[in-house]
Amino acid sequence: MKALRILKRSIRDSFKSVFRNFSLSMASIVCTTITLILVAISLFLTYNVRQVTTNLESELTIVVYFKGDVTEKQEEEIQNDMKTNPKIESAKLKTKEEWKAEMKKSSEEFALIDDLGVNPLLDSLIVKVQDVKDLNEVAEKLKKYEYVESARYGEGMVENIISIFDVLSYGAIGIVGALVLVTAFLIGNTIKLTIFSRKTEIEIMRLVGASNTAIKIPFVFEGFILGILGSIIPVVLSIYGYVFLYDQTGGYISTKIITLATPFPLVFWVSAFLVIIGSVVGMFGSWRAVRKYLKI
Amino acid sequence: MRLIKVEYAYKIYKNGTTAVADLSVSIDKGEFVFVIGSTGSGKSTFIKMLYREEKPTKGKVIVGGIDVAKLRNSKVYKLRRKLGVVFQDFKLLPKLTVYENVAFALETLGLPNSEIRPKVLRAIEAVGLKEKTRNLPSQLSGGEQQRVSIARALVNDPKLLICDEPTGNLDPETSKEIVALLDKINKELGTTIIMATHDKELVNRMKKRVLVIEDGVLARDDQKGSYKVHESVKNS
Repeated sequence: MKALRILKRSIRDSFKSVFRNFSLSMASIVCTTITLILVAISLFLTYNVRQVTTNLESELTIVVYFKGDVTEKQEEEIQNDMKTNPKIESAKLKTKEEWKAEMKKSSEEFALIDDLGVNPLLDSLIVKVQDVKDLNEVAEKLKKYEYVESARYGEGMVENIISIFDVLSYGAIGIVGALVLVTAFLIGNTIKLTIFSRKTEIEIMRLVGASNTAIKIPFVFEGFILGILGSIIPVVLSIYGYVFLYDQTGGYISTKIITLATPFPLVFWVSAFLVIIGSVVGMFGSWRAVRKYLKI
Repeated sequence: MRLIKVEYAYKIYKNGTTAVADLSVSIDKGEFVFVIGSTGSGKSTFIKMLYREEKPTKGKVIVGGIDVAKLRNSKVYKLRRKLGVVFQDFKLLPKLTVYENVAFALETLGLPNSEIRPKVLRAIEAVGLKEKTRNLPSQLSGGEQQRVSIARALVNDPKLLICDEPTGNLDPETSKEIVALLDKINKELGTTIIMATHDKELVNRMKKRVLVIEDGVLARDDQKGSYKVHESVKNS
């Protein structure tokens, strides 16, 4: 009961204090808002870059064409070699008959293929690697087999795109991390100012016999409120802003390869993350700031 | 019964200054004691040790059965709840009314409102400010503000009231009223009162026990009413 009463009063007092020290509260809120908007932008960027990279990577395969005189047994031998290789995700055989059927299906022009009498296509093995960085190595290895005519994966261009996106996505994660730290520092400092102006209050609380915890709770709760208030605008901006961007671009940026992630539920995750960062950082900032004044 | 027992207490600050040296004194329940001494005499440090604003470097300071020297920072509130402190600068919260300032002490202790209200009203009445419960400190005179801070110190029924120069900011007439109020509290409620002051005239008039601190040591400990005599002997 007693703890509950203290908590109830703390919450009441923190709300009062946010409004009483309005200008300082505003400073905290604005600074939280600005940094959280930057965090939101970086989050969207990171997520999209990651998604594009993953999409690209999952599309990347090595297509191995066997020579015309290959036997089924030899094909399976190579397939098994690939399957036992830890770097390989999958290795599927695709016979020339399957290719032919697929071609006929894709366009009526290919119906002529039946007139040739023999199937001019080659049997193939479609290999997917675990990590796209191994593409080249695996392709080179495959080329060395006696019955392999060719092993192709779009050399050159693929590596470039992937390395660019890698840099982008790690860079963006770094930016998010740095921004979170900056937010923590800024909110903490602004709250420190707020608390400094209330040194007497803390002093009196201590004098009349309030325990350290009872003194801290209202301040920590105030940091929480400031963090939540500071995250309102960033949340609204990320939901409406991202949906707007998605609608305007139709989900594509410049080419069809680079697609934007669908807005739902992504925007909700980002919003939740922003609210959590804002409130936790606010609470932590106040807790640290008030602790300074509890030491005698 | 003994309320305060100080044994061979030392306070040496980090910069090497010895504020209090080898000080021993004991104070009984229900006493009214003046502590006098010039600025820098260690009087303030002695007072601050009693409510654990300062920790003794060496020796024992026992207040209401609590050894102040051994009290951890996070447990200071346990001592503070047993005593009330009144300052020269009142230390009221400017944005709270008289009632709220006094109630603040009990609210931070988590008492229910039904208990807070009668206690606060009683304390405010005891200091004679019944008509001003809704005023803000800025609307009160210095003497009235000091009464509010006394009410706040008393609201939790402490056994000990520590007053650090409570009349330092007040004119002689108001000072008299405040000391009369403290005397009344001492007599009617039996609250032990320790009051640090500069005001020798006031000390002479009140005829109470007087502790004189000079250069950090207890120079004199004069029992009730004998201080004036000593002083006149010294002056003649």
